Amino acid sequence: MRFQTLLRDGDVIAGAALAGLGGFVFVTGSGYAYWSPSGPGPGFFPVWYGGLMIALSLGLIVSRILRGITPGEAIDWPGIGRAMFTWAAFVVATLSMPHVGFVIAFTLFCLVLIKGVFQRPFLQAILASVAITAAFHVIFVILLQVDLPAGPLGV
Amino acid sequence: MDILYGLGHGFGVALQPQNIVWCFLGCFLGTVVGILPGLGPAATIAILMPLTLNMDPAGGIIMLAGIYYGAKYGGSTTSILLNMPGESSSVVSCIDGYQMALKGRAGAALGIAAISSFIAGTVGIVLLTLVAPAVARFALSFSSPEYFALMVFGLSLVVLLSGASLLKGLLALLVGLWLSTVGIDLFTAQSRFTFGRPELLGGLDFVVIAIGVFAIAEIMTTIQNRAEGRLIPVPKGFRNLLPSWEELKASRFAFVNGSITGFVIGVLPGAGSAIASFIAYGIEKAVSKRKEMFGHGAPEGLAAPEGANNADTGGALVPLLTLGIPGGGTTAILLSALILWGVRPGPLMITESPDIFWGLVASMYVGNVVLLLLNLPLVPAFAQLLRVPKWVLFPVIFGLAIIGAYSVSGRIFDVELLAAFGLLGFLMAKLGFPSAPLILGFVLGDAMERALRQSLMMSQGDITSLFQRPISLTLLIGAAIILILPMVGFINRFRVRAISEGA
Repeated sequence: MRFQTLLRDGDVIAGAALAGLGGFVFVTGSGYAYWSPSGPGPGFFPVWYGGLMIALSLGLIVSRILRGITPGEAIDWPGIGRAMFTWAAFVVATLSMPHVGFVIAFTLFCLVLIKGVFQRPFLQAILASVAITAAFHVIFVILLQVDLPAGPLGV
Repeated sequence: MDILYGLGHGFGVALQPQNIVWCFLGCFLGTVVGILPGLGPAATIAILMPLTLNMDPAGGIIMLAGIYYGAKYGGSTTSILLNMPGESSSVVSCIDGYQMALKGRAGAALGIAAISSFIAGTVGIVLLTLVAPAVARFALSFSSPEYFALMVFGLSLVVLLSGASLLKGLLALLVGLWLSTVGIDLFTAQSRFTFGRPELLGGLDFVVIAIGVFAIAEIMTTIQNRAEGRLIPVPKGFRNLLPSWEELKASRFAFVNGSITGFVIGVLPGAGSAIASFIAYGIEKAVSKRKEMFGHGAPEGLAAPEGANNADTGGALVPLLTLGIPGGGTTAILLSALILWGVRPGPLMITESPDIFWGLVASMYVGNVVLLLLNLPLVPAFAQLLRVPKWVLFPVIFGLAIIGAYSVSGRIFDVELLAAFGLLGFLMAKLGFPSAPLILGFVLGDAMERALRQSLMMSQGDITSLFQRPISLTLLIGAAIILILPMVGFINRFRVRAISEGA
């Protein structure tokens, strides 16, 4: 039980992830020249901060263990779920943008956000999504001539 | 005399009609984002920066700086009327500001906040005007070892003051350093950490990281918390926004305290206006003869932190403009904007770019007057912004973030990176990692590596050369003390208390 609590602790997980990143930076940095005839090479800086990252990450894990592993405060899973749902919708919109264009991808993203996260009535969500996207199109594409990804409809 | 001449030249730039418009627009936008919880000045400036790249640099920096200090004015409105800070710098203003509002003195509280912000903001700019040229002259003697040591010193302060855990601050800084090394090494043309992606050869774009870590992460955090508050109505009529004579008299020392404390704390990298306002509040309470009033609507308890968070702006611009060292996330973004316009902040900026330096300083005098005029009579109108529903506001911010990231290079890859950094910023916030060290590590990483490598080239690889020059030795000893001090129990307790109450 104690070990399982340890594995679920945020500091321990973050420490392990950062130690892994530090190891990657150190190993990759070691592959670049550490020293060149004119002075420090491209591997010099990454090797030092990569090594420091490993040491400090392990320090974070050890300090967490020494403080005593106790179950932390309750995690707001519904809240985190809302935030992650928003992020996932944003990722889908981003990935689809080169194929369907900014207007369609962003309208659908707004719709998902307003209906799915903020739970507004469907008609209100559709009207707001279309209005916001139209405002962006008019201001940035037409007035400011900003070049945004276009889809099969040309927008 | 040089200062007066320079300032006169600056007013010549700042008072050009188009620059007055940019200044007004920046102050207006700053007030708006200050009032709106969930959208900070760092995110706003990062989003708007790509759109200002075609502007005249003087006009661009005048507008972006207006957003920076304007947000501090606006932040108090939300604190007073909603007990929810619009900005991190306005957290302390909630304590007595909201209590005044509950007692029917909302108008007076808004008036005191505006007057205190104006007085302290102006004092901060006067001090910036006087101090910056002297610091720049001193920094002319700096070479690579001094710059490296200065960056180590500055980043140590950022780590010390940006979060309760020193380890987490240091780790965030190292991640920022790593991100800064992505791309081609300028000394040897070796590509580093590019994962075979040609898009990464030019390095990561600061705007994408800043919008992701600040704007997207802020929205995700607000969506998670779903915090709402009860809005207290603003009294109608200008007269109702003026504090009484007794309230002004009670606040007179707070105006001075906020001005001095804010400027001094602002000069220190990493401290930021949240800590400045917390310390000014603590000083005010400590020397007050009516301590029992604090927390129950003492006007001086509002005037001191509001003054400090505005005077902080002048202080924060001293190291940014004269040394090229930003002290926080927002000033880091301003540094990037200046560099993108081809202006290099540092000791030579005053002589090489007098239009930008003195134009910016002079515009801040103008901006403070604009903000006073905007914030006193128009505050009831601005307060209506708090009624804009989040289901409208957040899609708009997402749209601006997408356009801001995409317009940097016209590649969807940057929007994908934006999503990745948004998630990183959210996870950092959830796990208690401060974002300021990451941003500053990224901004300063390249210059820091260059200074270190040049120092070692100058000394044929002898690292002890860094300790043989008096200024770099002093700064490195200072950095070591900064990182060792928190090991002393009572100092660390004070540090953690200051950060947790100011954050």
